[in-house]
Amino acid sequence: MTTFMGFAFYIAAAVAVISTIMAITRLVAVHALLYMIVSLLAVAVVFYTMGAPLVAALEVIIYAGAIVVLFVFVVMMLNLGTKAREEERQWLAGGAWIGPVVLSALLLLEVIYLIARVGTYSNMSGVADPKQIGIALYGPYLVGVELSSMLLLGALVGACHLGRPAPTRKEVRE
Amino acid sequence: MTVIPMSHGLILGGVLFALGLAGLLMRRNLLFILISLEIMLNGAGVAFVAAGSRWGQPDGQIMFLFILAAAAAEVSVGLALLLRFFRLHNTLDADSTSEMRG
Repeated sequence: MTTFMGFAFYIAAAVAVISTIMAITRLVAVHALLYMIVSLLAVAVVFYTMGAPLVAALEVIIYAGAIVVLFVFVVMMLNLGTKAREEERQWLAGGAWIGPVVLSALLLLEVIYLIARVGTYSNMSGVADPKQIGIALYGPYLVGVELSSMLLLGALVGACHLGRPAPTRKEVRE
Repeated sequence: MTVIPMSHGLILGGVLFALGLAGLLMRRNLLFILISLEIMLNGAGVAFVAAGSRWGQPDGQIMFLFILAAAAAEVSVGLALLLRFFRLHNTLDADSTSEMRG
């Protein structure tokens, strides 16, 4: 079983590297985002095999769930136009989704096999479980938590400020 | 729980970081530059978690949580700047700001 954990690590690492290479070489932004999601999911599986299930869950929830959705919203806002529908049809027909689907299906099979064969982490020794992380986070790392909350507040204010209706180029020149 | 050698995790983190850096240098589209930045932060996080799981301590995973918070803050401000840039220049080409003179 532990040998399969090592094997799963290498499969997931290969998927992560391949999908990252694809993500940085795509020409269409949505295709790059698709591959980036696969890359983040593969890194989540890597975390799971390394004995960090909480971080793996957070990777899926925050990175693949929240940050990539922000990217998708921005791509949607940039694509407003009459040609958007034509492009949408072209993308759906183009078969650009086959690569990400194959890679993420590989990851899904791997996770199902891991959960079925290896089981949960409660019977493994030497793994930093979520309880330990929580205790350390609100113990010695409390200052870091406060600082990151202030960082997020600053980012919120900054994004609100920058997201106002922008001045046109002419107004800027004046 | 040390079935995976720490060096392999660090190598994966390094490869992801290098790929993100290559994307950052190659692409001139601001959206792809932000995507590459995310990949680089993710590679750094892989290195932290690999080193933390080598010793069975939670510190590496806590560092990943801080990286996550920093990445979320960075991407929200970056995307707001990107929208601003697009409204102003009607393109996402980073080279189109070459007219900026201090």
